[in-house]
Amino acid sequence: MLDPFYPFDWLATQIVTHLLGLSVDSHLGASLHFFLYDVPKVLTLLITISFLVGTFQSFLQPEKVRYWLSGKRTLSGNILAAMVGIITPFCSCSAVPLFIGFLEAGIPLGVTFSYLISAPMVNEVAIVLLWGLFGLRVTLLYIGFGVGLAIIAGYAIGRLKLEHWVEPFVWELQRSHQSQELAQSFQSPRLTWKQRLQQGWFQSSQIFQSVWLYVVIGIAIGAGIHGYMPTTLVTQLAGADNPLAVPVAVVLGVPLYANIAGVMPITEALVNKGMPLGTVLAFTMAVTALSFPEIVILKRVLRPQLLTVFISLMTLGIISVGYLFNLLLLN
Amino acid sequence: METMKIEVLGTGCKKCQQLEANAREAIAALALEAEVLHITDPIEIAKRGVMSTPALAINSQVVSKGKVLTPTEIQHLLKA
Repeated sequence: MLDPFYPFDWLATQIVTHLLGLSVDSHLGASLHFFLYDVPKVLTLLITISFLVGTFQSFLQPEKVRYWLSGKRTLSGNILAAMVGIITPFCSCSAVPLFIGFLEAGIPLGVTFSYLISAPMVNEVAIVLLWGLFGLRVTLLYIGFGVGLAIIAGYAIGRLKLEHWVEPFVWELQRSHQSQELAQSFQSPRLTWKQRLQQGWFQSSQIFQSVWLYVVIGIAIGAGIHGYMPTTLVTQLAGADNPLAVPVAVVLGVPLYANIAGVMPITEALVNKGMPLGTVLAFTMAVTALSFPEIVILKRVLRPQLLTVFISLMTLGIISVGYLFNLLLLN
Repeated sequence: METMKIEVLGTGCKKCQQLEANAREAIAALALEAEVLHITDPIEIAKRGVMSTPALAINSQVVSKGKVLTPTEIQHLLKA
């Protein structure tokens, strides 16, 4: 199979073997090769993909998404919402305005949740890291499971009819707003390609600036583990035989929202040493979909009961995905 | 000339801060008398019909959403 990262591999090998005179099988050689290969690979992917996503996202305003979803009922709405969530921008600081905006347009609560789960879970940094570190197949499985989880959890929330656990002022807002606001819906000026590319570039450089250091540090730690940590230790702690590894990974993931960039390269080394991929994927999902800041923000509009239902559903879902993944990939 | 009211709507992420800085720069460049407010309450933001932050409002009219405008772009909006 064609490996687009082969040049990086080749270059790293050349530096380690010829320039430094080390064997890639030695502890130090293996660590250095891991570092020299992963850093340029992940950073290149990060710049390229966030640039493409940023440019493409200028076509997708939340107003449009809201319009697409507004006529949809449950299930078909859940599916569409989860699909749209893959490609739309999401910043946890927009969660509440989006949530209110969607409900205002009459989009059912469950459908709104499908979007709210899918959009942050399938974020570009997570995708880049998974793709760069674990390959395309794992990335696609991650997206598939993430979308599946968003559909099921959103559908469940819709079926449970939990509207009364949304803070009442949201519904009052809806009544006062609906007719006037939506009628004179904001007209966004059409962007030129130059502006779209500028937006893409802005997004890309923002993401790069905020995560590159974490990536490098994470890969450095991963490189150390790769070269020096004995396999038996990892398999004992996080191996497939440890049934608690998946839930523990999920619990560890929730407070780590911003640092996924630093933690994922470490998991790459752990996977090489025998940690199962499902555990890593559960971890990734926990980091991006159940982020602590987002929960705090959502608390403004959701009663504690609904927040609890949301968190429990997600936790259960992510843990199941982790076990399922381990099962699928082991066979 | 009466004082303009410029509002930056955003919960305080990096982009919102950048937009506020750019707005201040644009105001300074045009030597306008304007009051700059930063609205961070997500519910207040939603009430304005804004779903993607950062957004910019001039005299309570939302003129841009989900974008970090450059100081030059803001100058154009201020003159309009």
